[in-house]
Amino acid sequence: MSTSSIEPLGDSALLIRLGDSIDARTNSLALALADALRAAKLPGVRDVAPAYASVGVHFEPEAAAGPGVGGSPNEFLVQRIHEVVGALLRDRLPHSNDAVGDGEGEARPADDLVQIPVCYGGDFGPDLDALAAYTKLEALDVVARHARTEYRVAMLGFMPGFPYLLGLDEALHAPRRGSPRTRVPAGSVAIGGAQTGIYPRELPGGWQLIGRTPLTLFDAARAQPALLRPGQRVRFRAIEAGEFAALTQ
Amino acid sequence: MSVRVLSPGWLTSVQDTGRSGHAAIGVGLSGAMDDVALRLANALVGNAENAAALEVTLRGPRLRFETDALIAQTGAVIDARCGTKAIPAWRPVWLAAGSELELGDMRRGARAYLAIAGGVDVAPVLGSRSADINASLGPLSGRAVVAGDELPIGHVPAEHLARLPQALGGLPLRDPHERDAIVAARWSLDPQPWFDLRGDEPVALVRGRHFESLDAASQRALFNETFRVGNESNRVGYRLEGAKLRLEAPLELISESVVPGTLQLPPNGDPIALMAEAPTTGGYPRIAHVASVDLPRLAQRRPGGRVRFVQTSLADAQSRYLARERALRALVQFIKERLHHQSHV
Repeated sequence: MSTSSIEPLGDSALLIRLGDSIDARTNSLALALADALRAAKLPGVRDVAPAYASVGVHFEPEAAAGPGVGGSPNEFLVQRIHEVVGALLRDRLPHSNDAVGDGEGEARPADDLVQIPVCYGGDFGPDLDALAAYTKLEALDVVARHARTEYRVAMLGFMPGFPYLLGLDEALHAPRRGSPRTRVPAGSVAIGGAQTGIYPRELPGGWQLIGRTPLTLFDAARAQPALLRPGQRVRFRAIEAGEFAALTQ
Repeated sequence: MSVRVLSPGWLTSVQDTGRSGHAAIGVGLSGAMDDVALRLANALVGNAENAAALEVTLRGPRLRFETDALIAQTGAVIDARCGTKAIPAWRPVWLAAGSELELGDMRRGARAYLAIAGGVDVAPVLGSRSADINASLGPLSGRAVVAGDELPIGHVPAEHLARLPQALGGLPLRDPHERDAIVAARWSLDPQPWFDLRGDEPVALVRGRHFESLDAASQRALFNETFRVGNESNRVGYRLEGAKLRLEAPLELISESVVPGTLQLPPNGDPIALMAEAPTTGGYPRIAHVASVDLPRLAQRRPGGRVRFVQTSLADAQSRYLARERALRALVQFIKERLHHQSHV
């Protein structure tokens, strides 16, 4: 857990790597580090971007160069980031009262559970039957397994508001489609490999579509444009087409 | 104050210096592909350097100015005219109300910038007026401009604009009371070193995390071969065709941050240089990164154009960037004083 590395991501960004795997514990650390880096307000930092097991730090080289003449922006920032990482890791040692040993990650402020209503199968989930056949489960069982798990948003990426969720039942892991769709409808709930996610708007995509939510995942005009944010807990709730229609504005 | 789009050209969009601070929710930077040209165009009309302007791609739009306006065009070499009069680039040009500006074919480069005093004053979305076309995010729902759009222009005091024809020290190319009157400043910026006129300057790369995972031939090819900008290249990324690059062995990677300039290698062997509308995360090997200072140069290559890469160290890439920023700032200050002086003659 204490192995972190900081590497350049070109000449105006750094990547802090906390691991190489997709797991809740590493991700929780990445999200906590992103919060700590934002709070540290390091000079020249334009953005902090957590992912599964890493945090990108984008900076403006001129502003990040720090005091002194001729200092490389990287050297100065790397030093400051080491301090933030060090402080975070000290705080999260198992003997501190903020235990993280359960592998589930700690509670975060934005931590309330978000319910996502989903109409599974049919036109809304055209790949549900194929996925059921692949996983050797009944379609209803696929739905039950997908809807009974509590997920956590590991990261957003690909498109504004696209959440990558941790926690998919292993029985539902399934490969992407051989040929991606040119148009996946907005709100489509999909499975790609070990991941499940939701298409925030109509997009091309290769994941298997098992259902659709009437909720709007991303709207730049909202105070919180993204419905789901990194670290948030998520549960899907199966709904019928009638409720889907009623929830669609 | 507004500008009416009579025809949009091939791809014309509103761009400023981009939208940062929202990568955690998947929102990328966007902004001008050649931000140096954007910043200089803004400086030439007295705007803040991050004001929104029009980014014109390959073939230009036809625009009607409903009020007097001060404009400047930088970046790619493009035919520009008002009626029968050619509009010179890289300098402030005063246009009378009712002028129709036609930007036509692009002679060199891929992206021209048209700044208008006051800036394109569409309402910002998440802190920026840039269209992120791929994400459908930004003013005008993130789309390119279309015929019929009325683009609001920020307020510039009328007396300031009225004084400019004399103040610019230029000769009216027609009677200023006539339609299509224009007055171009006598002075202009040298596009060098801000624009690569011949389009053959090398583009510097710093090694990426997975450079060492390329096989030996591919490591050499990246810096020895010439690549062609693929036809499907756009504001999201440039597909670079030429030598197929191969990994020594497949890599299992998980998604991590990527940035404009990141050179990703998808399985087909054609590297992709991510550009202004880069997604915030990617899972392909990152073999290199374009030096920030050379991103505008790459952005001015058009589909079918050639690119040669040279290897540079991180320290050199940063010091070239810092030197450019110093030079750019000095030039912007010089322009500001010149405009200020002239408008008070």
